[in-house]
Amino acid sequence: MTDLFDKHRGIAERHERMMSLGVNAVSLTNDRILSPTRAIINGRETVLAGTNNYMGITFEPDCIAAGQEALGLYGTGTTGSRIANGSYALHRDLEKELAGFLNRTHCIMFTTGYQANLGMLAGLAGPKDTIYLDADSHSSIYDGCTLSGAKLVRFRHNDASDLDKRLARSEEGGGRLVVLEGIYSMLGDRAPLADFVEVKKKHGFQLLVDEAHSFGVLGPNGRGLADEAGLEDDVDFVVGTFSKSIGAIGGFGAGNHPLFNMLRYASRPYMFTASPSPATVATSLAAIRKLKAEPERRERLAVNSARLFNGFKGLGLALGCDSVSPIVAVNCPDEVSTIAMWNALLNAGVYVNIALPPGTPGKQCLLRCSVSAAHTFEDIDRIIALFGEVVAQGHYKKAS
Amino acid sequence: MNQDIFATLCQLLEPFNSAKIALKPETDISADLNIDSVSVMDFVMEVEDHFDIEIPLNVLSETRSLADLVKVVEGRLAKV
Repeated sequence: MTDLFDKHRGIAERHERMMSLGVNAVSLTNDRILSPTRAIINGRETVLAGTNNYMGITFEPDCIAAGQEALGLYGTGTTGSRIANGSYALHRDLEKELAGFLNRTHCIMFTTGYQANLGMLAGLAGPKDTIYLDADSHSSIYDGCTLSGAKLVRFRHNDASDLDKRLARSEEGGGRLVVLEGIYSMLGDRAPLADFVEVKKKHGFQLLVDEAHSFGVLGPNGRGLADEAGLEDDVDFVVGTFSKSIGAIGGFGAGNHPLFNMLRYASRPYMFTASPSPATVATSLAAIRKLKAEPERRERLAVNSARLFNGFKGLGLALGCDSVSPIVAVNCPDEVSTIAMWNALLNAGVYVNIALPPGTPGKQCLLRCSVSAAHTFEDIDRIIALFGEVVAQGHYKKAS
Repeated sequence: MNQDIFATLCQLLEPFNSAKIALKPETDISADLNIDSVSVMDFVMEVEDHFDIEIPLNVLSETRSLADLVKVVEGRLAKV
């Protein structure tokens, strides 16, 4: 008999190696969360610099109050799918509010951000269609593409001319959907949207932009990359998440197509799962209103992001990209030294994400920071100083 | 099996074959060469561009060995 776990023995060896170097970097436990930027980890207060909590919105009193009120009014869970008993007035209110925020006719919410990509991609594309996806796409995009059954063509990251070439090469037939991301989650770089829109005009396809890391962050209205680039009319579908700028959990898809709502009856990740819990929906709704009312959060985030980016540049660190975004990734030499540096940073009182191949583009080993509007300048300067001590001064050489 | 295509594939695979394992038609591209899923897709992108053909990702789930990939390339070239 073949043991089904045989294929995971390589993972077990890698896990052992990571454990031997210190704390398990990929299953860390926050004992307590004190604020959007502080937690108790291993018994000590730690600065959080890898949470994707871009707006610093997770402890806002009115969001918490909205969640508590919803718990009392609607109970702990919906116990059902949106197409059965799981649609409450709250879900419809949130979709309406978000459609307004996004300036789109229609919006559908999903239970998680992961499911938003699964649901949108599998709802939009079918076996007779082709999806063109950026090589650096998030796993939820790859998985959504697979679930759709569509033909999948991968193009080189952020390379509109490569997409142009592949579209020209394609066999005719079926719909064509191109998928981009506003800000790519590992390196923090943006899609060159104007270039892709030119290719769209040449070839004709429908365009979906996943604004998971750019929603709330980019653009004069905080609607994401398309808002920043002034190209919202050229983007057919927007996907996003509530687990970053909104500080909750859930996801959404939005668009202006007259048949958009038919996705509610065609998208399995929408239909065959319980709808988001009332408290989650209520805190998300309150957070969207807060984002609209407080654009200064976005401005503060931009200032903080630039401060960290420039501080790291000043240390001579190799960064994931040349543009400022709330994701500032430091490129490290190899897996062992990256784990050692991550441990050293944690011991010094700062948590960042560790990102290792194959979850990263080009086999890069990254210490990935994400900035929050709730970080103070002192926080940012401390993160820079600790990276200076641990990373720039070659701590990894000692570790290896 | 088309030896010319096989030889070209071996050449294109070289930068991904960091362990420098000897390549045979029956070599499993992922398992034998210990190449992760992203690198396999990157390699196939090189193959697409070299031959100017389209190899959708869906095809890869049934393409294990180099000989399998030779057949895929042959089939795609015949369509062009």
